[in-house]
Amino acid sequence: MSTTQEKPMTLKSLSHKQDLLSGGHRMCSGCGAPTIVRQVLLAIDEPVVIANATGCLEVSTCLFPYTAWRVPWMHSAFENAAATASGIETMYRSLRKQGKLKKEMKFIAFGGDGGTYDIGFQALSGAMERGHQLLYICYDNGAYMNTGIQRSSATPFGADTTTQPAGSKIQGKTQRRKDLTRIMAAHNVAYAAQASPHNWKDLMTKVKKALATNGPAYMGIVAPCNRGWRTQTNDSILLSRLAVDTCYWPLYEVEGGKWTINYDPKDKKKPVTEWLKPQGRFKHLFAPGNEGLLERFQKYVDQDWESLKKLQEMSKS
Amino acid sequence: MAVTTTKTVAVDGNTAVAEALRQLNPDVMPAYPITPSTGIMQSFTSFVSNGKVDTEVILVESEHSAMSAAIGASAAGGRVATATSSQGLALMWEMLHIASGYRLPILMALVNRALSAPLNIHGDHSDGMGMRDCGWIQLFCENAQEAYDNTIMAYRIAEHLDVRLPIAVNMDGFIISHSIESMQFIPDEEVKKFIGEYIAVDPLLDIDNPKSIGALVLPDYYMEHKRAQHEAMTKVQKVVQDVSAEFAKLFGRKYDIFETYRLEDAEVVLVALNSAAGTIKDEVDRYRDKGIKAGLLKPRLFRPFPYEEVGAALKNAKAVCVMDRADSYGGFGPMYMEIASALYPHRGPVLFNKVYGLGGRDLMPLDVDQVIDETIEVAKTGKAKMAKEYITVRN
Repeated sequence: MSTTQEKPMTLKSLSHKQDLLSGGHRMCSGCGAPTIVRQVLLAIDEPVVIANATGCLEVSTCLFPYTAWRVPWMHSAFENAAATASGIETMYRSLRKQGKLKKEMKFIAFGGDGGTYDIGFQALSGAMERGHQLLYICYDNGAYMNTGIQRSSATPFGADTTTQPAGSKIQGKTQRRKDLTRIMAAHNVAYAAQASPHNWKDLMTKVKKALATNGPAYMGIVAPCNRGWRTQTNDSILLSRLAVDTCYWPLYEVEGGKWTINYDPKDKKKPVTEWLKPQGRFKHLFAPGNEGLLERFQKYVDQDWESLKKLQEMSKS
Repeated sequence: MAVTTTKTVAVDGNTAVAEALRQLNPDVMPAYPITPSTGIMQSFTSFVSNGKVDTEVILVESEHSAMSAAIGASAAGGRVATATSSQGLALMWEMLHIASGYRLPILMALVNRALSAPLNIHGDHSDGMGMRDCGWIQLFCENAQEAYDNTIMAYRIAEHLDVRLPIAVNMDGFIISHSIESMQFIPDEEVKKFIGEYIAVDPLLDIDNPKSIGALVLPDYYMEHKRAQHEAMTKVQKVVQDVSAEFAKLFGRKYDIFETYRLEDAEVVLVALNSAAGTIKDEVDRYRDKGIKAGLLKPRLFRPFPYEEVGAALKNAKAVCVMDRADSYGGFGPMYMEIASALYPHRGPVLFNKVYGLGGRDLMPLDVDQVIDETIEVAKTGKAKMAKEYITVRN
């Protein structure tokens, strides 16, 4: 555990820290991603270097000749944030080893779900297996939002996207989403976790833990996108909370093979329809005749939640 | 085992390049094995395992990640090298443009190999020609000695403050990479002195001066970035000449932007890259012995291409056959297009194009003789029978 974790983390103390992602960027109002990034950066006390995959966050925060980043930041392409970060982190180790660099630094890569679950999956898997000292964070809004809401492998079952639109024959996405956090845990990384911006304390604690571990770390963070989800701009935090309260997006962490659910709503677990209903991308699921699809969605959530609890139980011993 | 001797050694091309890389001692080397360049990586990783270099190797999961990691590492602020061939280079293609667009002086050993399909592991220049428009400096080498020397010179060229561009050193797969030749290594200390300390320009790891690298650039600024890149390329030729002159002074071996062989009064000229030039030189000698004024031009610097100088060197010939070990299907071979551009300002020789040696097919002395005979005929008649033709191929 790093010493930084001993410091009390209160809203008051955080309000004195400088935001390392400045205002004035071009992210949509109500977007979950910049809120997540600010929480991540507020959690860190050490110098940090960022690699960013092509995506909303990248194009909207560094539009020449402006940048919103107050930390070293690098983007090179869509599918390779993990590989780019590998290179940066390895150069850091090489220069430190040779005595050419003195300061200690942390390394974080940010990617959306398209750049992480799909096109960047191989580079991510490679970087995690090689054991670089870096934290990869996926802000997961469940589609290729930057290019206009196309389906990704993180898109939830039934969601209406511009490449798998809900129509008279096909009711949105026909497949379940990929469970990347578990796939990352299966890489035996030092730390893997899911977080949500509504629970800033949990999210920031996880960032601190991830950076304090000796090895690669992965965090999946649910990122409401009011354009793609077709929701109100002021509902982003509410929707991220509902994603957790319905167990669609459970908060958990995997450390050294130990699975820990950080928030178990127990008998307060809400039906997933409470999360689906406010979102325009699921509107068709509530049309008469589609009850079976809603049931299927609930079944998927329940299955995943039950198996997660079993993983927690099994790893206790 | 590292060989550090001024004495003549017998090594293959891959060993020679690996030895150059050991002496260059890059800070980071991301690489992914691919035939026929794998030998470079294998030799180099044994240097790493035995503590002969300071380099941190990244054993990436693909060539795309190799170039991505090279870009990250180079931007971070140190020397970076990698090696690849063929499909590996093709997989890097997206990132090659980004390496040059970010002005990162990454060194690549490119062991030239045919591109699929059909699958073929042997030497031709399809890969090197495929990166022609990627913004990299490209040097081509006839043999192991040239591959070694050009690798030693590469950082000096790429890192020059007027340049700051990535550089690829090309040699023929198998024909050179896997053939043992006698050659000479330069002592470690002299290489170290020659290349000097790395000067990082705006390194990402300068944490006190945070920089954003890789902005989105829209139509309002994109062209200015590209023109700056173009202008950097126009500075390369002089730097190559200066570095080569210094190299010649120190180590005795002379290089220019291209090599001429008995070209001065030649009427019948062949143009060819890399290992084929060796065979052609022998045949040029044979024809000279018969009283034929034959000659060869072997480009070394392919990007940026020295049009003016090549044009001046070829303009007095009667006929020039450009030998391409790659094709631009539906067009002329890529080297032909450069030579045609170089000769455009001159009322020059009759020009024609032969495509040879694809997928590692041998170019034998008799094949060269046929080409020279045809070039003699073209010089006499002033007309080429076929503008472009595949040779040493079944009908």
